[in-house]
Amino acid sequence: MRRLIVAATAALTVLGGAASAQESIKIGYIDPLSGGGASVGEGGLKTFQYLADELNAKGGILGHKVEIVPLDNKTNPQESLVQAQKAVDAGVHYITQGNGSSVGAALEDFVTKHNSRNPGKEVLYFNYAAVDPSMTNEKCSYWHFRWDANSDIKMEALTNYMKGQPSIKKVYLINMDYSFGQSVRTAARKMLGEKRPDIQVVGDELHPMLKVTDFSPYIAKIKASGADTVVTGNWGQDFALLLKAAADAGLKVNWYTYYAGGAGGPTAIKQTGLENQVFQISEGVPNSGNKAAMDFEKDFRAKTGISVWYPRAVNEMRMFKAAAEKANSIDPVKVAAALEGMKFDVFDGGEGFMRKDDHQFFQPIIISSFGSLADKTKEPFDEENTGWGWHIVSKIDTAQTMLPTTCNMKRP
Amino acid sequence: MAELIVISTLNGVLFGMLLFLLSSGLTVIFSMMGVLNFAHASFYMLGAFFGYQLTRWIGFWPALVIAPLLVGVVGMGVERYGLRNTHKHGHVAELLLTFGLAFAIEEIVSMIWGKSPVDYRVPAVLDFPAFTIFSTNYPAYKIFMLVVSVVIFIALLVTLKRTRVGLIVQAALTHPSMVGHLGHNVGRVFMLVFGVGSALAGLAGVIAGPSLVTQSDMAALLGPILFVVIVFGGLGSLPGAFIASLLIGLIQTFAVALNGSLASVFGPLDPSLGPSPLTDIWNVTIAQIAPILPYLLLVLVLIFRPMGLLGTRES
Repeated sequence: MRRLIVAATAALTVLGGAASAQESIKIGYIDPLSGGGASVGEGGLKTFQYLADELNAKGGILGHKVEIVPLDNKTNPQESLVQAQKAVDAGVHYITQGNGSSVGAALEDFVTKHNSRNPGKEVLYFNYAAVDPSMTNEKCSYWHFRWDANSDIKMEALTNYMKGQPSIKKVYLINMDYSFGQSVRTAARKMLGEKRPDIQVVGDELHPMLKVTDFSPYIAKIKASGADTVVTGNWGQDFALLLKAAADAGLKVNWYTYYAGGAGGPTAIKQTGLENQVFQISEGVPNSGNKAAMDFEKDFRAKTGISVWYPRAVNEMRMFKAAAEKANSIDPVKVAAALEGMKFDVFDGGEGFMRKDDHQFFQPIIISSFGSLADKTKEPFDEENTGWGWHIVSKIDTAQTMLPTTCNMKRP
Repeated sequence: MAELIVISTLNGVLFGMLLFLLSSGLTVIFSMMGVLNFAHASFYMLGAFFGYQLTRWIGFWPALVIAPLLVGVVGMGVERYGLRNTHKHGHVAELLLTFGLAFAIEEIVSMIWGKSPVDYRVPAVLDFPAFTIFSTNYPAYKIFMLVVSVVIFIALLVTLKRTRVGLIVQAALTHPSMVGHLGHNVGRVFMLVFGVGSALAGLAGVIAGPSLVTQSDMAALLGPILFVVIVFGGLGSLPGAFIASLLIGLIQTFAVALNGSLASVFGPLDPSLGPSPLTDIWNVTIAQIAPILPYLLLVLVLIFRPMGLLGTRES
């Protein structure tokens, strides 16, 4: 009896010790939860929380539970740095962020500096949506990993598609006035000029980011320019309100977009009545035809009430788990080493990989258009209860999305 | 080009009238009490959120009447129990009170309705194009906004210029102590004016909510521009506020429509200079600086005509 008690006590001590060693992995989610970017930020938070729950239900990562720590950065770089420092002080070793490349660049710089000053306390920055090309080119960092195709890759794919559309004659560019919007306009001008020199760029607009509440002056200008096609990288409310103003004014053009599917976007498109005239470039769509992804979509919608808008976030979290298991450690340094060059079967099917040279993830890219769904069994998912959904128009393989990088990676 | 001018004029006038709904209350309150009400734009936001909530419960039309009244009551409460008590400690205390209030209201609103935009829609009866001009539709709801603003403007003008109440208010604007000596209850006049001013801001919120975005940062987005309007128009001057509102509405809309930059006037810079801050400035278009134009105007007015366009006092 006595021996049993001793054994039990010993076992309890061991178990207790094990439990405290298995502390949770905290992921600092630094994105807007207030202000103009809030609608997008809240969607992202729900996605990451769902993904964390999914991982935890299957035993977490190497037995560690995953916990998402939401931190509101108001889409502001300075505020993000404060939040990042707060996260690090609270024992966070992984931060994730997506909305706003201005914020992304600040965070990338933050982790680089922090890690060189605090060896042994490294922090990794998982980027799921900040797509300014410079972050994996001249400003690249070993501690930054990007799962979203950067804006040049997207523009390359988009212009390859536009090249085959002879109806496009006059293009209007409208973008948000910050690093990402500027890179979209530069890439669009350059690539359209190379691929379709006959296309005329009749307007090139930059407007304040997440500050415009009424786009009708801009729409009047687009209308006056006689454009038949608009290319925009706008996201969040800047897309929804742009389309809303277009709907009000009855502007009938084709829209080539990066983020038409964001909160409020689908509703606004339905309002314009522009069936199959709004295109989006992304790494996945709900009606992808991939069974696993569509089952995930169904459960995700039932639990969160929104659609899977970040397949890349799914890739990010699952790949994080795979990398930690490959390294058999949750130490950021080892995880980073494991992620380099890692191959991964992406959410919507197909293989992607994390390029070692610049930590940019390459994956199949999909161009889709928004309209009514003919076959509900094949394409069951509509958006925002509009009855309309995304159809795949074109799929680009990983190999055809590769662009060279100027990154000169400094390894620790 | 004609199309752009017509549409921009309509949009500019509309935005200007909306600004006037807000600034009319603010400028009257300022000249009466000497307090710049920092919370004024918050009343506009409250109006939008009350309007949204009431629309869900009882429909848009009752909300159009009730929401501004509610905001007016809140405004009177603020004056009666807040400003009147701090009045004896001087203007700085009052100013700080409204400053704090603005933040408090923003936080309360985001606690109740969340921080993302709420789904406040244009009522179905008004959700159609009113007319088509050069193949551009002009939404009926915007015309409705314009009509409401114009009606309010006329009502305000008539009340101030043609009624006894208006007479007392006008007198209190310039000679508050004299009005008090004549036996009028200046405190009550202040409270009512504050209430009406807040209610007007609330009304602007109710009608602007569906057209613009109803969310917890809408006050912060619009607040600063209101100060530009009242300083530009002349503190305490309603006609001044009217002209300034329209002017700023038009300037902002037309600036967006213009593509001119220094480069387009004087030709591009010598490429040998390479990319530098100078080339950035050279290539910046008027459309890009549209958002800062009103503030530039504010600075210029303060330097060259401190009393504003139609103002009479300098303080």
